[in-house]
This record gives sequence, C-alpha cells and structure tokens, in this order.
Amino acid sequence: MYQYTDFDRDFLAERNAQFRAQVERRIDGSLTEDEFKPLRLMNGVYLQLHAYMLRVAIPYGTLNSAQMRHLALLAEKWDKGYGHFTTRQNIQYNWPQLRDIPDMLDALAEVGLHAIQTSGNTIRNVTADHFAGAVGDEIADPRPVAELIRQWSTDHPEFQFLGRKFKIAVTGAEHDRAVTRAHDIGLRMVRRNGQPGYEVIVGGGLGRTPMIGKVIREFLSQEDLLPYLESVLAVYNQLGRRDNKYKARIKITVHENGIEKIRELVEAEFPARRARFSGIDQVLLAKFEAAFANPDFRTASTDVYDVAHGSDPVFRAWADTNLFAHKAPGYAIVSISLKAHGKTPGDATAEQMRVMADLAEQYGHDELRISHEQNVILPHVHKSDLPALHATLKKHGLATANIGLISDIIACPGMDYCALATARSIPIAQEIATRFDELKLEHDVGPLKIKISGCINACGHHHVGHIGILGLDRAGVENYQITLGGDGTEDTTIGERAGPGFSADEIVPAIERLVLGYLDLRESREETFLDAYRRLGAAPFKAALYPEARADAA
Amino acid sequence: MARPFTPKVVTANALLEGDVIYQTADDRWSRTLSEAEVLRDEALAKQRLDFAAQQAGEVVGAYLAEVKIGANGPEPTHFREEFRLTGPSNYFHGKQAETAS
Ligand code: HEM
Ligand code: SF4
Repeated sequence: MYQYTDFDRDFLAERNAQFRAQVERRIDGSLTEDEFKPLRLMNGVYLQLHAYMLRVAIPYGTLNSAQMRHLALLAEKWDKGYGHFTTRQNIQYNWPQLRDIPDMLDALAEVGLHAIQTSGNTIRNVTADHFAGAVGDEIADPRPVAELIRQWSTDHPEFQFLGRKFKIAVTGAEHDRAVTRAHDIGLRMVRRNGQPGYEVIVGGGLGRTPMIGKVIREFLSQEDLLPYLESVLAVYNQLGRRDNKYKARIKITVHENGIEKIRELVEAEFPARRARFSGIDQVLLAKFEAAFANPDFRTASTDVYDVAHGSDPVFRAWADTNLFAHKAPGYAIVSISLKAHGKTPGDATAEQMRVMADLAEQYGHDELRISHEQNVILPHVHKSDLPALHATLKKHGLATANIGLISDIIACPGMDYCALATARSIPIAQEIATRFDELKLEHDVGPLKIKISGCINACGHHHVGHIGILGLDRAGVENYQITLGGDGTEDTTIGERAGPGFSADEIVPAIERLVLGYLDLRESREETFLDAYRRLGAAPFKAALYPEARADAA
Repeated sequence: MARPFTPKVVTANALLEGDVIYQTADDRWSRTLSEAEVLRDEALAKQRLDFAAQQAGEVVGAYLAEVKIGANGPEPTHFREEFRLTGPSNYFHGKQAETAS
C-alpha cells in the first residue's frame, strides 16, 4: 500500500499546526465566526445541529489496519465511541469539541490520515471503486491514479476557491461501482489499441438538480490526464456561475453552455497546460502503481470453506450474500455489513473498528476498504479463512447477511445530526430494515437498493436508488417522497417521482406495499425489482403505493 | 395586514462544545429551553438577537426560534427545534442524556 513520504508528513504537520493556531485565535476572540468558518471547513470541521462534526477523508476508500485502529481511537477518546462511514468514503465524528479537534488531526496524521478538502469549494476526496485491485473485470487498479489526482489537487493554488465543491470518482472496472456518472468528473478506464486510458465524463451530480454526466472525451491517454483535468477545472473556474449557489456546480455550467462548447474550450485550454507538465507526474504514477501492487496471493485448499458452506446454513447465507468473486483463485472479496437490522446505516463502534482491523491484519493482507454504500470491505481474503472470519464477525454484530438487499440501505445523517436537513432519514432506514427482517422476506425479494436523503441535497443518493426516499418539511411535518427506478451503475438513471409524499407513520407501510406489489408483478425470482420496473413502467408500482387512487378511479 | 408576532427565543450553538444554547433574560446562555427569555415584541427580539450576535467569543449562529408557552415555559413549535432540544433519535446522546443524568 502507498506509504506517505517525509514531504507528505511535513505538509500535514504544518497544516495541522496552522489550523491549531486558527482554532486558538477563534477561541480567544481574535477571529470572528465569519472569518473562521471557511478555515474550519477547509479542515473538515462542520457545525451540525447538536455539536461539531469532523469529516476525515479515506482517500479512494482504502485503509490499513493501523489506520482503522486510529479511527477507533478517535471515536473512543474524543467522540462517543463510534463513527459514521459515509457515501463519499469518509468517516464523520458527530461529537468532537472544538478545542480537541487539533489533537484529533494530529492523531490522524500519525497514520497519514487527514481532513483536508473534505469540505469547502475545493476538489474533494477522490473516490474509487471499493473492489479496486481485487476484481476480474478491471483494466487496472484505479487507486494509483486516484492518489495522483489527490496529490495534484491537494492545496492546488488555482483550485482552492472554486465556484463550488468538486467531486471526482475513478473506476478501472467494466461494472461501475463508483457512480462515476453522478460526479463532477467521472473517469472510466478504457483501452484503445491495447493502450490504457480514460473516458472522461463531466457534469454529473445529484443534489437539487440531478444530472447524468456527459462524455467530454472518449479516450484520453494516461499522460494527458492531469493537464486535461486542469483544463476542465480552469474552464469551469472561468465559466461557472458564482451568482447563485444553486447554479454553481459544473453540471449547470455544462447544462447551460452545452457539452460541445465546454469541450471546445477545454481543448483550447489544453495545449498550454499540457506543455507545462514535464512528465514528473508519470514518474510518480509509476511509483504509486508499484505501491498499490497486489499482495502475494497464496495457493491453498478451500476444503474448509466448502465444508462450512455445505453444513452451516448461517455461514452459507452470509457467504452467498456478502461475498464477491475475486480475481485470484481461492480468494473472495468480503463485504462486512454495517447495516445490522435496526441499527444506524454506516455506523461502527470503536470495538467493531478494531475487530475489523484485526481481521484485515490476520486474514486480509492488511487492507480494508470503505464502500460508498456505507459498508466495509476486506478485498483479499482466502476462502479457507472465511469460516473463522465469519465466526468473529458474528460475535461482534458484524455478520449481517444483507449486502445488496433491502436492508442494506444508504441513509444520510438527516435531521438527527445535519443542520441542513428537512427531515430525519436514519429512523426511516431503521424501521424499514426492522420490518423486512420481521417479515423474513428480504432474501426472497433479492437485490434492491433503497437510498434515503434528509433533504434535497441528496447526500443519501436517493435519486439513484431503485427506491429513493427524500425527507421534506411539509408545513412543519416530516414528509417522505418516493422516487422509483433510479440506478447508480453504468446504466445511471435518475429515479422518477412516484406521487404525493407520505408521513413518517405512513412511509414504512408504503414501502412494504410497494415491495409486496413487486413480488406479485415479477416474472420469476430472477427478475429484480429494477428489471421489473424497467419492463412494466411506473404504473403498476404506483398502483401498489396508492391503492386509494386505484379505488377512486374504479 | 402584518402578521402578528409570535413568541420567540434566541438560540445558538456554544462555541466550544457546539451544544444548543438559549439566551436568558439576565444575559446568560442556558442549555435549557425553559430558562430562555421569551420575546413577544418584534423590536425587542431583534435587539436581543443583535446582542447575541456580538458575543462571538461564546456563541455561533444565533437566530430566533419560534416557541409556544406550555406548562414549563417556552416549548418548540417546529420539529427541528424539538430535535435540537432532545438530541438524535438513533442514540441516547446529546441533551436527552445530559438531563437524564
Ligand atoms: C452533515 C453534514 C453535511 C452537509 C452540511 C452536507 C452538505 C451537502 C450539500 C449542500 C450538498 C449539495 C451540493 C450541491 O448540490 O451543490 C451535498 C451533496 C452531497 N453530499 Fe453532503 N452534506 C453532509 C453530509 C454528507 C454525508 C454524511 C454524505 C455521505 C453519506 C454526503 C455525501 C454527499 C453526496 C454524495 C452528495 C451529492 C453529490 C453531489 O455533490 O452532487 N454528505 N451535501
Ligand atoms: S441530504 Fe441533506 S440532510 Fe442529508 S446529510 Fe445531506 S445536507 Fe444533510
């Protein structure tokens, strides 16, 4: 795994010392809140409803066990014993005190972690496929290039005051697990004449105006990547609107000017930018590629696994749901669900973090990943170790067999924490998961993605949920709007609004009607909710959601 | 016709802890809504809010929140203020835990 250099360490130390001084000056009254706010946001510090929040970047979602143990330490020492993993491969601490935050940042720096550019109008934490380096359908591991982008974008003087936040996602695989089409820039590795390069997608985003990104360049060679990204950002920096916060994202710039014009401007900008790159970035990239090389996979018998799979139904249910095919023979990718029924999606206690760190060290070549679906991945585990691993997970409430199922819900913090929220999202997720667990239906229902946001900003990705739920404030009462048919994969689709919203009491029964309706509508067990929706259209699903309307019409 | 002014309190977050706080009639900041000064006059409310905004060394983001008067004094009228007064619903953390102990 990539190890930070002395330069990185010095940079972090200096940056943390700077922020420590800023916090002190805020506390002693020499800085006003207006002066301090942009500074704290640059360092990942938000003020939420009940307390401050610290958002720590987990670049491209990759952690080693020492880093995970440090995340546990922060949770225990300065928070309330847990952390919240988010859809952007970050971890958020919900209860830090302002005075302690500089110490938290110093502790993070000990293991090369930080909170830089996790907020503010900068290039944010670069996200990547959480199965990177472990799946078979991959042209190359996207993390070396994600690291290159991270280093290039960190403290980049030209891009510290963009019109708005800017999010980049990279995937090296055929199957898009990084939601590249809903990012400001999405990069998909492709090959042309045997040479690897990138398809560049620009102007995707969710939020109040969801848009699917458009291809601006079908093929960009590897060495042109950084100058090309700079060109896109330079064009955005100039052309992007600064008069209206809601029109400031690059998706609006692309929408208003058209992709052709943006492409022309970017291509015009490109040669001068390209000339300024000496090739050092490619030397760095080669270094990162070496650092991210796969571990030595071992060859061993999988008999232990086969026996457990044949004889232990609990293990079998978990293995069939939470494992994904690994490219190396005898290996599996393990998804550890942070979605135990009735618990808060994405939360892990300090103890659970340590258990996962230990398991990664013992069985997983010391690697962990955070997925945008708010789960933890052990990307490289030999199958013979799975029964022991599963037994440990079970002891710590981490063996829920629900990956990709109805209770594997993405939910943003909503009005339980977030100052911008218009309604709560966490309790809705908890109730849906609990209800379907009671019904014992979720394995029968099969793959189904529910995603919940507590306001129009769409941090919970509701637009791309097969079932999306958006919490709103309707005349002082929480109200939940359903969207149907969204999809965040390579076939990115924005869900369609189903109809009038539901109150907090009505939303779970509504979801239940919808899902039971699907069970009646599907052609076979193989036809997923999304497939059935695509085949039949919205009408029969709406009829299940709004039985009164059907009765009225009859 | 101007809408009648509904009762308000000045609320904010404490600078150091981020905790929800309310302004009292004797110029303190209380963690408890029932101790808050209830403002029934628009001009006075604005004046008290301005006063709060000047205390940058202690508070962040002061604003006026609507209240109704119940048995124990001011109570929230909107669910957001209700949650600020209680804490999150997924864990017994925040104000609900402090007042219980
Ligand atoms: C509680 C603190 C948070 C605040 C204040 C916040 C704020 C926002 C805002 C204002 C937007 C809309 C941006 C725009 O449309 O221009 C947004 C989008 C987004 N946020 Fe958050 N958010 C928070 C927490 C989270 C969490 C916990 C996650 C991950 C679970 C997250 C992930 C995202 C994503 C994926 C988007 C939509 C993608 C896009 O930028 O278009 N945010 N957030
Ligand atoms: S979607 Fe809204 S409520 Fe949820 S975290 Fe984002 S800003 Fe907060």
